[in-house]
Amino acid sequence: MNFFFEVLIGGLLAGVMYSLVALGFVLIYKASGVFNFAQGAMVFLAALTFVGLQEKFGLPLWGAFPLTLGVMVLLGIGIERVVLRPLVNQPQITLFMATIGLAFFLEGVAQIVWGTDVRRLDLGLQDEPIESIMTNFNLLVSKFDLAAAFVAGVLVAVLAVFFNKTRIGRALRAVADDHQAALAVGIPLKQIWAIVWSVAGFVALVAGLLWGARNGVQFALTFVALKALPVLILGGFESVLGAIVGGLIVGASEKLAEVYLPALMSEFLLKHYDISINLAGIEGWFAYMLALVFLLVRPEGLFGERHIDRV
Amino acid sequence: MLYRESGQFKTSYAADQQLFPILQDRVAVLALLAFALVGVPLVATDYWFTAILMPFLVFSLATLGLNILTGYAGQLSLGTAAFMAVGAVAAYNFQLRVPGIPILVSFVLGGLSAAAVGVLFGLPSLRIKGFYLAVATLAAQFFIPWLLVKVSWFSNYSSSGVITAQPMVIAGFAFDTPVRKYLLVLVIVAVMALAAKNMVRSRVGRAWMAVRDMDVAASVIGIRIMQTKLIAFAVSSFYCGVAGALYAFAYLGSVEPDGFNLDLSFRILFMVIIGGVGSILGSFLGAAFITLLPILLEVILTDVTAMTGISLPPGFISMAQLVVFGALIIFFLIVEPHGLARLWQIGKEKLRLWPFPH
Repeated sequence: MNFFFEVLIGGLLAGVMYSLVALGFVLIYKASGVFNFAQGAMVFLAALTFVGLQEKFGLPLWGAFPLTLGVMVLLGIGIERVVLRPLVNQPQITLFMATIGLAFFLEGVAQIVWGTDVRRLDLGLQDEPIESIMTNFNLLVSKFDLAAAFVAGVLVAVLAVFFNKTRIGRALRAVADDHQAALAVGIPLKQIWAIVWSVAGFVALVAGLLWGARNGVQFALTFVALKALPVLILGGFESVLGAIVGGLIVGASEKLAEVYLPALMSEFLLKHYDISINLAGIEGWFAYMLALVFLLVRPEGLFGERHIDRV
Repeated sequence: MLYRESGQFKTSYAADQQLFPILQDRVAVLALLAFALVGVPLVATDYWFTAILMPFLVFSLATLGLNILTGYAGQLSLGTAAFMAVGAVAAYNFQLRVPGIPILVSFVLGGLSAAAVGVLFGLPSLRIKGFYLAVATLAAQFFIPWLLVKVSWFSNYSSSGVITAQPMVIAGFAFDTPVRKYLLVLVIVAVMALAAKNMVRSRVGRAWMAVRDMDVAASVIGIRIMQTKLIAFAVSSFYCGVAGALYAFAYLGSVEPDGFNLDLSFRILFMVIIGGVGSILGSFLGAAFITLLPILLEVILTDVTAMTGISLPPGFISMAQLVVFGALIIFFLIVEPHGLARLWQIGKEKLRLWPFPH
């Protein structure tokens, strides 16, 4: 039973990391209706730039962070200016495809500028079990994972306040509701988009740092963003809360499935059909299948808005 | 002057409804086909066949498949490569396990297997649309190659899941040289393109377009949404499956399921976008463009480095490809969202008036 809880907690904490990436998607989708496929590339670019700046100029953590943030903000403004502005009023699918192109572009640029090596990123947090929990409950909980979860929690709280209490946040929500109505009451659409992409860049930076510190800064970071997609689907594209809950569900079920399912299924197949197969690696697709099955039951996700189609 | 339909009167329904109503188009298409069948084998080298023409034809077919689904029926799919994998592995297994089965039959069966899988993964499209569907098709993209690797029966218990395609023999004639393979693939692609061109203007094709433009309105005028969408998935996957079989049998010879990855799916999606969403001709133009671009880029970059003497870091060329790819996609979407096919149409309009200004 202890093992079960360990896997569960590990999965939940990993799920929080997924949510962090998914959050970037939600922000942009909420404010501009763009499904930003380049979020993964942004995570990668942010982490790589951070490590690259550290290596090249020997900057400390607090020095590289604002610089990288500056790069991400510039990137956000640049994307708005070069990619989004000419594509205003195009169908959503066109914008989506443009962000795929953007993802390729960013991945290429990041690796041309900083090289293709796997880098280590040290945030000063060790991936070791917390002793007090270890002794009291006999559970292995990683310090790093807990800290990451804490950061994610703070980020979500800050974003929630930002969206609900500040002037810009309210403007963002207005834009999300209706572009034209927002323009009509004098909300500067272009500025808002630049801001939202910058904020998404900031989220990407945080996600990139945490993931990079955990797995090393490498091209595989972009695949983490793919993992964020089923999270989004489960939670619903428009919901910040959904991104968190979806992340928790995906993280936990994925880890549990990876640990328990292959053995169970192999045993079952061997017993009833006399087939012996090693089914390890379920992690690669489980989340997508879960999302697919879930969508069949609830097409708009857990917290998504139900759309009514009219002719 | 040259390209003008004036004077070509249609006196029967058949003449009015033919595939290429303008005489010049018919001549051009036939000339192109004749050139591809006779002229190309005379002039092209083996390098051209194996490195350029073969991938171009195979990807054209896959692009055609995705274009039917995304361009005509409006269902975004990111699982193209997975359906190709199903086609390739199924064709391989039919060849392997059914004694004496003709190769063309196993291509068709491979396509049908892909169609069945496509319908299965198309089921969510009945409930969900747009991005949600795109993510759902990712499930196919990750699940199918995994399954094909894990269940080693599919690859006849080869250790790494690699399948080595059997030689292609039709009625005692072996298609073993690059030229022969090219001719076989060309004929298959031409026939299937013709079928697609006909299909999209048939009742089914018009139903697809109605669903794409607005599915609620389509259902109001009596189109069965479920049937239409699933047919689109089936036909599209069939094309992708046959393309996958040709990819394995004619182009590469041996493939591993992991080769049919998300990157391949994206590449085919790009071919659709750059060629022209919802255009048969565009599928070919897009496939040609994306196949030629990396080769061109590589040639240019190696020339530049040779001339200037700058030594590029390893992997620079593939990175530069990514950058150029990405930039081109965005550029195309901004400048010409309808792709190369639209440029061709504009060119045709100009040609009708040429050499007069009005």
